[in-house]
Amino acid sequence: MGLLTNLRDSISQVTDRLFSESEPKRIGIYGPPNAGKTTLANRIARDWTGDAVGPESHVPHETRRARRKEDVTIERNGKTVTIDIVDTPGVATKVDYRDFLDHDMGKEDAVKRSREATEGVAEAMHWLREDVDGVVYVLDSTNDPFTQVNTMLVGIIESQDLPVLIFANKTDLDEAEVKRVADAFPQHETVPLSALEGDNMDEVYEKIAAYFG
Amino acid sequence: MVEATTHDGEVDGVRMDLISGARMDGLTSMEKIRLILDSVRDGDIVVLEQGLTPDEESRLIEVTMTEISPDDFSGIEIETYPRPTSSSGGFISRLTGSEEANKLTVIGPANQIETIEKDEEFISTLVSRQ
Repeated sequence: MGLLTNLRDSISQVTDRLFSESEPKRIGIYGPPNAGKTTLANRIARDWTGDAVGPESHVPHETRRARRKEDVTIERNGKTVTIDIVDTPGVATKVDYRDFLDHDMGKEDAVKRSREATEGVAEAMHWLREDVDGVVYVLDSTNDPFTQVNTMLVGIIESQDLPVLIFANKTDLDEAEVKRVADAFPQHETVPLSALEGDNMDEVYEKIAAYFG
Repeated sequence: MVEATTHDGEVDGVRMDLISGARMDGLTSMEKIRLILDSVRDGDIVVLEQGLTPDEESRLIEVTMTEISPDDFSGIEIETYPRPTSSSGGFISRLTGSEEANKLTVIGPANQIETIEKDEEFISTLVSRQ
């Protein structure tokens, strides 16, 4: 095969990959620790594949490695989107093992957890720069969304020109304030939900299909 | 900044480094991050006249995570003023880099920043000595 033919085939393969409709989009689930990212990832994966993504916990930094659930096909209003869900560790600028001691953990386990958590956050940042096609940013709607981590992360996502949906999670709790979340990021669509109870998942899937399809 | 002297004569205080935009302009992204983290790991408070780009903020978080170690360094606290309004700048401002202008940024060691508060016009932080 000649050089030109090889070159043409290579270019064709690259463009096929770039513009392939069938290639699943990698959607990163990002947010601060304990926002309910894994609960959401599990809810989506169970609803459409029957499998879970990973264990859920009220202890911060339960997810310490980015976990991927591949080929999750979501159908809504005649629109079908196939995505790879990437459940990422909660992003923070500090991790202190002593914070885990309050969760019935010995020092050795707490240090190990904090070390894994720091590796996980670094990995999540790397994924965000290199390996995701869109982002679902999950916030606990009972907490103040005006934190520096949230502002920085949304700014980083915007700078990558990635499509992003803001999910105001934990609406099953009395203290939830969805409007506060929506007001914090008015430039993006905010979808209220309870991943734990499965509330408003129809709208969640409609938005995912519309944004990432 | 209040300083106190210990019994052995060493200054027991908190250093604050105010770094001009011009000083940062001449540095690569990794040099900026190194400058910030070296100061913060020494217990200093760093104030940047101009902020970091989103990409640099992302790398700052990543490098910070790799340097955290138990009983030594637990990470950073960071606040910017005013809040970044990246949506208002749009694509052109990101291309020209104007998005980061005037993003006064305060960064300090997480284990020494007791409180850090911010509103639209004000950042206030209470810092303990090491």
